[in-house]
Amino acid sequence: MKTRRTFHLTWVVGALSLCALIPMVYAISDVFKQNIYNVGTLKPVDSILKVKVGDRAPDFTLPSISQEKVTLNQYRGKMNVVLSFVPAAWTPVCSDQWPGYNIVKGIFDENHAILLGITVDNIPTLYAWTNQMGKLWFPVLSDFWPHGAVAKKYGVLRSNGVSERALFVIDTKGVLRYIDVHDINKRPPLEDLVNALEKLPK
Amino acid sequence: MLFAFMTVFFLTASSSIYAADKPPQKGESLPAINLPIPKSPDEKSYLGLSGGGSFKIPQIKAKAVIIEIFSMYCPYCQKDAPGVNELYTLIENDPDLKKKVKLIGIAAGNTPFEVDVYRKNYTVPFPLFPDQDFTIHKACGEVRTPYFIVVRINEDGSHLIVHSQLGEYPGAKPFLELVLKSSGLQ
Repeated sequence: MKTRRTFHLTWVVGALSLCALIPMVYAISDVFKQNIYNVGTLKPVDSILKVKVGDRAPDFTLPSISQEKVTLNQYRGKMNVVLSFVPAAWTPVCSDQWPGYNIVKGIFDENHAILLGITVDNIPTLYAWTNQMGKLWFPVLSDFWPHGAVAKKYGVLRSNGVSERALFVIDTKGVLRYIDVHDINKRPPLEDLVNALEKLPK
Repeated sequence: MLFAFMTVFFLTASSSIYAADKPPQKGESLPAINLPIPKSPDEKSYLGLSGGGSFKIPQIKAKAVIIEIFSMYCPYCQKDAPGVNELYTLIENDPDLKKKVKLIGIAAGNTPFEVDVYRKNYTVPFPLFPDQDFTIHKACGEVRTPYFIVVRINEDGSHLIVHSQLGEYPGAKPFLELVLKSSGLQ
């Protein structure tokens, strides 16, 4: 009986480990050729949020790939702001996220919103990576040094030094209206962000 | 009994994660792809389908079907979109060809909303189908995008892949010539 149980257990363990081996699925544009580093499947979320909806969004100033510095508060009273943190340049899901935002400027405009793309990569890496995406209409910011300081302020810096795949929607008063710290292995559906933008006070 | 259950579980798990290890090749059949019959009467009529439920690509009323696997998030797909629309126009403007060659797009990992954004953004005139959970993309060897497959459909309903290509869209006219030659329509 014991042997039989052990045999069954082997099947259970075997089947479960097979599930663990399910590869992460993503569609990658040919634009990146063979240059995307496969990070495998990661722990969905690996940080603790330090802000919540209704809080004032922590201010920051970061350098952008166009060499200008961007300060969150410069948009206060003027525009809604979407922060899109993605974990790292040259990785699978991230490489296929901002190019989608790049064709929906109209949706951002209709909702009086600017998009700020942020990663913890340094400027040269971000420059080379985003160049593959074509001309982006939104600023791309580097939270490289002090490493991940802004991600840390928002509570989306993972234990290995990259950020979460997270979206923050901030209204014109500088208040956080929507937060999606997404499963790092998956791309947030565009409609969720659009719905959040459309709910902002007009 | 438990042994039998686990065997079934194991086999089910194996089949549910089945992913082809390479893209569909010339000379092969298409992998099993089920698409929903479009609700739009125009798209239904374009594909020669009726009723509801799902269909398989060789059921499309045509001699050749061009399949583009794309994504709203893919810069090359975005760049090629006007050229692929032009391919559709070239075919539809030819009274003979429009009965024989059809064009569809399958959006790897895109939600229906995202497919609509792409359709509206590029005024895509041919049917696009979301593959939100990557089922088709996996069955097609997780190809990079855009990926083009041309399928010849024979009189007896059988079919054959006659062309398979990653990216490098050469423009509407050269691609149409390639489609016609490879499918034996020219």
